[in-house]
Amino acid sequence: LSRDHIDDDTWEEIEDSLIGADVGIEATTAIVERLRERTRVLGTKTAADVRALLAEELVAALEPGMDRTLRSAPTGDTPAVIMVVGVNGAGKTTTCGKIARVLIADGRTVLMGAADTFRAAAAEQLATWGSRVGAEVVRGPEGADPASVAFDAVKRGIETRVDTVLVDTAGRLQNKVGLMDELGKVKRVVEKHGPVDETLLVLDATTGQNGLEQARVFTEVVDVTGVVLTKLDGTAKGGIVIAVQRKLGIPVKLVGLGEGPDDLAPFEPVQFVDALLGTGA
Amino acid sequence: MSDRLSGIFGKLRGKGKLTDADIDATAREIRLALLEADVALPVVKAFIHTLKERARGAAVSEALNPAQQVIKIVHEELIGVLGGEGRRLQFAKNPPTVIMLAGLQGAGKTTLAGKLARWLKAQGHQPLLVAADLQRPNAVNQLQVLGQRAGVEVYAPSGGNGEGDPIQVARDSIEHAKRQARDIVIVDTAGRLGIDEEMMAQAAGIRDAVDPDEVIFVIDAMVGQDAVRTAEAFRDGVGITGVVLSKLDGDARGGAALSVRHVTGQPILFASTGEKLEDFDVFHPDRMASRILGM
Ligand SMILES: Nc1nc2c(ncn2[C@@H]2O[C@H](COP(=O)(O)OP(=O)(O)OP(=O)(O)O)[C@@H](O)[C@H]2O)c(=O)[nH]1
Ligand SMILES: Nc1nc2c(ncn2[C@@H]2O[C@H](COP(=O)(O)OP(=O)(O)OP(=O)(O)O)[C@@H](O)[C@H]2O)c(=O)[nH]1
Ligand SMILES: [K+]
Ligand SMILES: [Mg+2]
Ligand SMILES: [Mg+2]
Repeated sequence: LSRDHIDDDTWEEIEDSLIGADVGIEATTAIVERLRERTRVLGTKTAADVRALLAEELVAALEPGMDRTLRSAPTGDTPAVIMVVGVNGAGKTTTCGKIARVLIADGRTVLMGAADTFRAAAAEQLATWGSRVGAEVVRGPEGADPASVAFDAVKRGIETRVDTVLVDTAGRLQNKVGLMDELGKVKRVVEKHGPVDETLLVLDATTGQNGLEQARVFTEVVDVTGVVLTKLDGTAKGGIVIAVQRKLGIPVKLVGLGEGPDDLAPFEPVQFVDALLGTGA
Repeated sequence: MSDRLSGIFGKLRGKGKLTDADIDATAREIRLALLEADVALPVVKAFIHTLKERARGAAVSEALNPAQQVIKIVHEELIGVLGGEGRRLQFAKNPPTVIMLAGLQGAGKTTLAGKLARWLKAQGHQPLLVAADLQRPNAVNQLQVLGQRAGVEVYAPSGGNGEGDPIQVARDSIEHAKRQARDIVIVDTAGRLGIDEEMMAQAAGIRDAVDPDEVIFVIDAMVGQDAVRTAEAFRDGVGITGVVLSKLDGDARGGAALSVRHVTGQPILFASTGEKLEDFDVFHPDRMASRILGM
């Protein structure tokens, strides 16, 4: 977007920048079409003005008015329950640790449930996070039923009157029917204690078009209420969340910006779009 | 076959000759199909360029009908880029053979270390696993569990979780392997971002300490457009001799395979296809080509 008048190259560069950020063909086409229309209507003359309009369109696509607060406050005597789900290696366990850190820094009490009873040393990993941030971790033996570990964790959270219970679950690819059924069961069993307040889908920012399918299937199975976009500290732009927001209306609530306990931030649409277009500071 | 491709091939079918207009229209659809499969944009552009050249040359010379010609060319080109016949692991003349794993966070390195150990052991080798990820919480425990499952010794002098020097561990592991008469050393390393200079320097340090016969870049099949930048960073930062594509048991089309091949020129050696140690296969370029095209 270097030249100042608008020509075919300008449009191609705009399209390329969106596709190169993993926004995907469908969303890119729709956004560029709207942009062309607005450019015509407004009589926009310079590439710089088109670029500003593009940023506006992208921010609008992310529905900046949406409520992105994390429902983490207890209702009466019962702790808020947050379930963390997603495909393998996306950053679920790390995100649990980081969320616990933020809440504890706010003066809340947190308990974490290690409902990943499958992956090697997954419970140990969560326990390490627990001791790092000062949260009790409830775990079962390796190979235990994840639903019963999750149930026990929430039960313990109610007994000890913590403010928030975070349930870490095993990574699973959304095309694995058996594993998705298992996840649905984890949630249903937890709900015997009362409703789950948040179900967070952890999406890796490097993910391409499969991210939309992840969001679709996980939402179908456990009704995702928000996305955590991890690994945004790398070179990946995470543009798939634009498609996820447009298609499924699921907002990104938090972003992961590193491997440390403090590397978690609220999602800011304007900042995200600036980084996506490479126009940020 | 994906709707998009069956659509264009349907249109081409029945026509007598491949015209420039046919080629352009087809190329446009192939471009979209590749982008939907997450092949990175610069790689798509290069691929389409080659495809057009070949299709123009082929139009006059071959006896196939136009649709068959285009399908054949696209498929052949894809298999060609993905590596043709592929290759086996390179073994050292003087054992131990050293295999170092590298890649982004969560790509599947530690799991692959376990899989390789199991696979090589089944072939009569005596592998040693080396816990040189001292960063990620409980990476060492994870490798120990996998080593136990594979029935392979794990060299883990340092407990990790932020303590210890991975370069030292890697260096010492070679002596240990020699003493224990292990003929293969598999070094698991921490996940790192291509732009993390300090961590990339550490990876280069590990490489220099063990002088690997293979540096395997592990990449998640779900990765999108960033595959090019990341592969470039690892190519330049540590040097890559081979690639493993992980999580191929998912339903991502896996265009990253094409991107990484394009950037590194190095062979894709294996496909990682599940969470269990036996979910592991050699890489099949022909199957991958069909998968990327949605055929
Ligand atoms: N750079 C970076 N790395 C991250 C971020 N979040 C997580 N990671 C790293 O990604 C890797 C995987 O993170 P985990 O939290 O274990 O992921 P998971 O989803 O729990 O993985 P499974 O339980 O195995 O499915 C680890 O090396 C983390 O340190 C992030 O925001 N930025
Ligand atoms: N479905 C599936 N899961 C896989 C595959 N390979 C690895 N995983 C899972 O992906 C997650 C991450 O795998 P790891 O082996 O811990 O990845 P890593 O690259 O060592 O991660 P870091 O050390 O944190 O950078 C775990 O949940 C693994 O079980 C695969 O081929 N298919
Ligand atoms: K980024
Ligand atoms: Mg986990
Ligand atoms: Mg690892």
